[in-house]
Amino acid sequence: MTSDSPMIELQGVSKTYGSAKSPVHALLPTDLTLAQGEVVGLLGFSGAGKSTLLRLINLLEVPSSGRVLIGGRDLTSLPAAELRQARQQVGMIFQQFNLLSSRSALENVSFALEVAGLSSAQRRERSREALSAVGLSDKESAYPAQLSGGQKQRVAIARALAMRPQILLSDEATSALDPHTALSILRLLKQLKRERGMTMVVVTHDIKVASYLCERSVVLEKGAVVDRIDMSRPEPVSRLGRFFFETAKGWTDQTELPQEET
Amino acid sequence: MNELLKAFVEFGPDLWKATTDTFLMVGVTMLSAVLLGTPLGVFLFVTSDQGLYPKPLLNRVAAYLVNVLRSFPFIILLVLLIPFSRVLVGTSIGPKAAAVALSFAVIPYFARLVEQNLRDVPRGMVEMARACGATPLQIVLKVLIPEALPALLGSLTVTATGFIAYSAVAGAVGAGGLGDLAIRFGYYRFETSVMIWCVIIMFILVQCTQWLGDWLVRRADRR
Repeated sequence: MTSDSPMIELQGVSKTYGSAKSPVHALLPTDLTLAQGEVVGLLGFSGAGKSTLLRLINLLEVPSSGRVLIGGRDLTSLPAAELRQARQQVGMIFQQFNLLSSRSALENVSFALEVAGLSSAQRRERSREALSAVGLSDKESAYPAQLSGGQKQRVAIARALAMRPQILLSDEATSALDPHTALSILRLLKQLKRERGMTMVVVTHDIKVASYLCERSVVLEKGAVVDRIDMSRPEPVSRLGRFFFETAKGWTDQTELPQEET
Repeated sequence: MNELLKAFVEFGPDLWKATTDTFLMVGVTMLSAVLLGTPLGVFLFVTSDQGLYPKPLLNRVAAYLVNVLRSFPFIILLVLLIPFSRVLVGTSIGPKAAAVALSFAVIPYFARLVEQNLRDVPRGMVEMARACGATPLQIVLKVLIPEALPALLGSLTVTATGFIAYSAVAGAVGAGGLGDLAIRFGYYRFETSVMIWCVIIMFILVQCTQWLGDWLVRRADRR
């Protein structure tokens, strides 16, 4: 990795589903660049293309056009085996946590290391270390069914950290949690940013999440970027961007809906 | 009651032989289900359009084959496979030959159940594994099968109890086993007591299989 190349660079990536006759544009060509240690929010309603954009970064979705560069390396041109290795260096967390129900907390964290082929001694050491980093050392033998939502997400974060990645992708990680638990998870993510200088892309439909965690936000609507906002001095230019900031203060009868029901 | 006991003493050795024959048939059948039906089910799932490794043509060929086999009434399959059984196990009658036909019936049946069980694993699990950089084989072995295990054991139980009854149908063509004994003695020779004993033993087999299956499912299920 060259030190001057951005951590994440998306060049004109797009995603189109369906046939050539009736294409569905999930994402129109989009550019996005993150320097190391930057945290960027992807804001939008359901179906706006924010999850698609996120999943293009680790190529869970193959872009219909454009290039994805991680640390200056073009992932789009990699053969399958190398792409899988590259993915091991990008952590990802999800709204539904996606913990394996048949494995204990420690074994769930260990999954990421098993896949990467680490020895069992290394796996145990690193999994314990990751669980301790999320404050769950005492839960290593608990199964997901025995954990609360917040604890489940912490285990999932530990799994994402186990390979010591520099990048973390978060897909609505706090959307299924109550506000109190959500904030404690967001604090953990902020701590990871502060202490490890992790680069993060955070998909959310909640402006509070973006305001708390992100330096910049990108607002997506119907597969297109409609706003790019500096969260320290927010000046949204789009109707949707303004809507997000407007509703952060609370809903009123005067709140203008940015579009018809989606 | 007295007659039942008398029949039990008189036909004890026959009942024992029939029970072990049924065990043999069902045992081989279940072994085929696990060893051949499971991989076929995984194949059907993995190569489907929504699968890890879509191969539309291969998937369609396998699906047709499964459907064709499943369309045969079992008794026809039994007769149809006579020459094949002769080649495979050296005989076209008895429990060994019936086990061949039963295996042909169970493999596509169990494969479909496996396919469905794998389909029921939340898609997020597969996505997570891909994000971790897992290979398709790792996803099958470390995610899909372990996560589907309680359901798979449930399917195996349903299959086992169902095929205990199926193995009795094979008795109609002289396959041996409890069904065979029930028909030859109980039905053709009016030895009702023998028939009753056969049904009682079958009931115990089914009941025990169900208990064992439920117990295994409970042990495997961490949800």
